[in-house]
Amino acid sequence: MSVFRTLVRRELSAFFQGPTGFIIIAAVLFLIGLGFVVVLTGLNGHATPMPVTQVFYGTYFFWLILLLIAPIITMRSFAMERASGTYESLMTAPVGDWEVVLSKFTGALVFYAILWVPLLVCSLVVRLYVGESAVLGPGPMFTSALGVLLVGCLYMSLGCFASALTRNQAVAAVSSFAMGAALFFTGFFSYFTGDRSDWISQLARHVSLANHMESFSRGVIDLEATVFFISLTALFLYFTHKVVESRRWK
Amino acid sequence: MIEVQHLTKRYGQHVALDAVSFSVGRGEVVGFLGPNGAGKSTTMRILTTFMAATSGTVRVGGNCVFENPMRVRKRLGYMPENNPLPPDLRVGDYLRFRARLKSLANGEGAKRVDVVIGQCGIVDVAGRFIGQLSRGYRQRVGMADALLAKPELIVLDEPTAGLDPNQVRSVRKLIRGLAGDHTVLISSHILSEIEMTCDRAVILHQGRLLASGALDVLMAKADTAVVSEVRAPLSDVKAWGEKLALGQVECVEQLDGYVRCRFANATSADAREKIFGSAQERGWLLRELTRQAPSLEDLFVNLTRGKEDGK
Repeated sequence: MSVFRTLVRRELSAFFQGPTGFIIIAAVLFLIGLGFVVVLTGLNGHATPMPVTQVFYGTYFFWLILLLIAPIITMRSFAMERASGTYESLMTAPVGDWEVVLSKFTGALVFYAILWVPLLVCSLVVRLYVGESAVLGPGPMFTSALGVLLVGCLYMSLGCFASALTRNQAVAAVSSFAMGAALFFTGFFSYFTGDRSDWISQLARHVSLANHMESFSRGVIDLEATVFFISLTALFLYFTHKVVESRRWK
Repeated sequence: MIEVQHLTKRYGQHVALDAVSFSVGRGEVVGFLGPNGAGKSTTMRILTTFMAATSGTVRVGGNCVFENPMRVRKRLGYMPENNPLPPDLRVGDYLRFRARLKSLANGEGAKRVDVVIGQCGIVDVAGRFIGQLSRGYRQRVGMADALLAKPELIVLDEPTAGLDPNQVRSVRKLIRGLAGDHTVLISSHILSEIEMTCDRAVILHQGRLLASGALDVLMAKADTAVVSEVRAPLSDVKAWGEKLALGQVECVEQLDGYVRCRFANATSADAREKIFGSAQERGWLLRELTRQAPSLEDLFVNLTRGKEDGK
């Protein structure tokens, strides 16, 4: 356990030893701020029956930030260690493959969670001015945070997998972006297929990240969505572990 | 300590290691010798559980590297080729990080970090970022990491590559100091390196084992050259050299009237007596008569030539 903690701490410190982590945080802060201003300006003077969280996740800002930033967070995890060769000293220390995979994933996830803290602050500011707890109640706030975290789990595990496949960080970033974007866009088929009940539209509805996120932002913990995120995360972590293990295949 | 049997590693069609077998006893300092691409690093990567072999068995301290990699890693200190280190950490922080990875308890870890920092002579750079260090210091940081957990087996892949002569000397001294307490395996393509630091050598060439054994036994197989300088006309000396029948002879005229002869494989014990006696008979002045200590280089040349002739 202490080895795992040491590895996670090392992953996190890698973000903050150089400018990388701060640049990512600054970029996300800017985009969140911009998104929030746009959402609030759009709402200005109009009443909306929706919780503000739902309005925000319904816009593209959240997804844009997620799709762009997730590959950048995870691209270095394995690829950089492979390129610099430190992977070899790491994997010959008494550290298990799972410990390495999970620590890289956890480090990325914690950093991802830190990124969204400003959004929480934004929401609290809005709540302060609006003064109506119903608009930004603790329920939707909590479930939205949970949703953000679950989507993060999926995208971090996917990014770790892409990073484990290569020693080139750019390749890792592009391939995880492609996979992440493909997953996101697949969900849009549900808009075209509507309520049809053939397997394609059913699949599209199940895969639709936007739909899943919508229930979380309404203050609902959607069991189907939770299972979807957790099982896909587990699947990608399993793939990552297989890739890490593959160097010892005969 | 190390038992390697029929170790084979293939990368697709390319055979990196071909049925290599050797063993290393506890407390020995063994040199891995061979030109670039001979399979030294591949062997080390398999030994240190980083990679799996295609076939063959490797045991370290009785544990199979494939079935029990964790047990092997706990007894191991390894400095990979090119000594990769994270540039964004300070030397002290890096070693403390590695100590925790190697499951040294906090107090013990801190103590060991201090010990290896002293042992490797990196006290004055302990607070600096690894990325800012010179190659010599970085090499010592890598060695400090390898020594950290007092491992039974220390594997260093080309520990002196890219160092200046002074740094090479200090690294060599450090390695010699490890003998006895630790089993040490180092690799090098510099033959004199192995000669100066190791008791035994394992010689690899194109993935195959050329020779392995105690250095003096291996050296006995090398040709002994004798060099002499006599004062006489070149043609006379050439004829004399042939007549002595001490094997191949090369004669080079010097500027001051002397001729330098090199008897390339004057293996017989009385070679020097013969040369001296016959030069005296002719009344030639003899100002040098030296037996050149056989170097691993001679041995290596001989061994590889033997293989190529055999093909």
